[in-house]
Amino acid sequence: MKSITMSQRRRRETAIAATVFLAPALLVIAIFVLYPIVQSFVTSGYEWNGYSSNKVFIGLGNWVELMKDKTFWYAFRNNLVVMVLSIVIQMPIGLALATFLDRVGKKGNICKVIWFIPMLMSSVAIGYLFRYALDANTGFVSAISQLFGGGKVDLLGNPDTVLYTVIIIIAWQFIPFYMVYYMAGYSSLPMDIHEAALVDGATESQYFWRISLPLLKPSIKSAIVLSMVGSLKYFDLVYVMTSGGPSHASELMATYMYTNAFSSYRMGYASAIAAGMFILISVIAIVTMRLLNRKED
Amino acid sequence: MAGAKKGFKPSQIIVAVLVVFWFLVCLVPFFFMLMCTLKEQFELLTNGVFSLPERLYLNNYVEIFTGTIWRYLANSAIVLVVTLVILLMFSAFAAYPLSRWKFRMNKPVYSLIIACMSVPIHVTLLPIFMMTVNLGMYDSIWALIGPYVAFNLPISVFILTTFMAGVPKDMEEAAEIDGCGKYGIFWRIMLPLAKPGLATLVIYDGVNIWNEFSFALTLTQTAANRTLPLAVQEFQGQYTMNIPMIMTVLFISILPMIVVFIFGQDKLIKGMMAGAVKG
Repeated sequence: MKSITMSQRRRRETAIAATVFLAPALLVIAIFVLYPIVQSFVTSGYEWNGYSSNKVFIGLGNWVELMKDKTFWYAFRNNLVVMVLSIVIQMPIGLALATFLDRVGKKGNICKVIWFIPMLMSSVAIGYLFRYALDANTGFVSAISQLFGGGKVDLLGNPDTVLYTVIIIIAWQFIPFYMVYYMAGYSSLPMDIHEAALVDGATESQYFWRISLPLLKPSIKSAIVLSMVGSLKYFDLVYVMTSGGPSHASELMATYMYTNAFSSYRMGYASAIAAGMFILISVIAIVTMRLLNRKED
Repeated sequence: MAGAKKGFKPSQIIVAVLVVFWFLVCLVPFFFMLMCTLKEQFELLTNGVFSLPERLYLNNYVEIFTGTIWRYLANSAIVLVVTLVILLMFSAFAAYPLSRWKFRMNKPVYSLIIACMSVPIHVTLLPIFMMTVNLGMYDSIWALIGPYVAFNLPISVFILTTFMAGVPKDMEEAAEIDGCGKYGIFWRIMLPLAKPGLATLVIYDGVNIWNEFSFALTLTQTAANRTLPLAVQEFQGQYTMNIPMIMTVLFISILPMIVVFIFGQDKLIKGMMAGAVKG
């Protein structure tokens, strides 16, 4: 009898202490993450410029407009292009670099450090750096083109090339991340598996395709999910480099939201974009995770 | 490296070429930036992009460091320190019960915190902006602390919970037998033992906070209240087409990252990995 009340008391004590310890973290998350998500949906029901007291409830008006808004869907399409090409470009190169570093071991340390450099720069720094590096008059791509007798090149000013240029710069920024990521994947493989395979007569390429690649599958899968979610919410670099232009050619959902909120002062509509983004990203992420996990069985 | 032995195989030559090629891909933009910082404004236009600076020209640095950059640096440093202190406290508080105790809400609370890792910050940007305006905190560096703590908290709790779960339990049990309460155990035993985990957070979260752009752009307005990532934007208005000057600001803003990388490489990479493996 006594022992039961003892254990009950202990359990209650634990529950109280846990509440005390968890309260600050949960409070911060409630205020700055959960409440704003709800608030985005609420504000999406209003026509409002963001500062006046004239806040008119228009129900689903913003959502209906969003469904018909060609620019929003074009921005979403751009996000999808960024997503697909990011995976296609970044995953193989990241994996190739990691494979090389894994093979050469300590001797490759200098490569590792230099290949990591782009990761040291913030998105904003990279954005500004390339904005000037790609400038038609002073940039080095233009200079290289002129060296070979070509004309000036304006990759960021041309609607046909701007999105792909941005994608390549994003790849430049994130390949080191996936390189390090796959290196971690390699280091989690059993130690002597490479030697064992070679002793059994496997060539290096057989080892890669038949042994290490299948073993790295979990790393590759989560890298793909990461890259997808990252591409769908991309903002900083594009905002700094092009602000979505010229004429929406590099517009993404996040930059479009920002322009609506702080240039057109349509806070209600911008909130609908944000909420729509939240729904689209969640659906795509969940579906992808389901698909990737199902194949495993 | 791969092709260093005598008798090159074609495959080794290809690998060597690719290795060098990737060196250039990573270094050329960086080199472009560095060279620009050492040139005069018109040197860049007249001599072309690839020319080396005519002489050692440090006036760009002198001009930047005698200007308003200190204000941005100070703001960034204050935000960084205050955020880190609060963030480390809150995540250690949360990670302790989550990693050590059995209670009914453990799993649900942990899942909720982890799920917040994948919330895109731009969904919360406008509501937080409105909240900040309503609280009268708009255009103050203090407005940045809350969102910065909140968005680094999930990953920090995740890293620390994993770390604390790996700490042996005997010291804790001994302390409990000696009559030390749960709070005492946290302050006197758990926190000191979690130091390596906290160090990882300082480096990893520190880099994120130092580089943060979106909230800083949205929640502050005047130059006096902005952090370093926004300095470039301001200087760009000031120096319009003075590219060497802008590149100098850029280079100064990434210098701390280079220092962190040299001294905290392992911790930075460890944090990146933990951030990646959430699943």
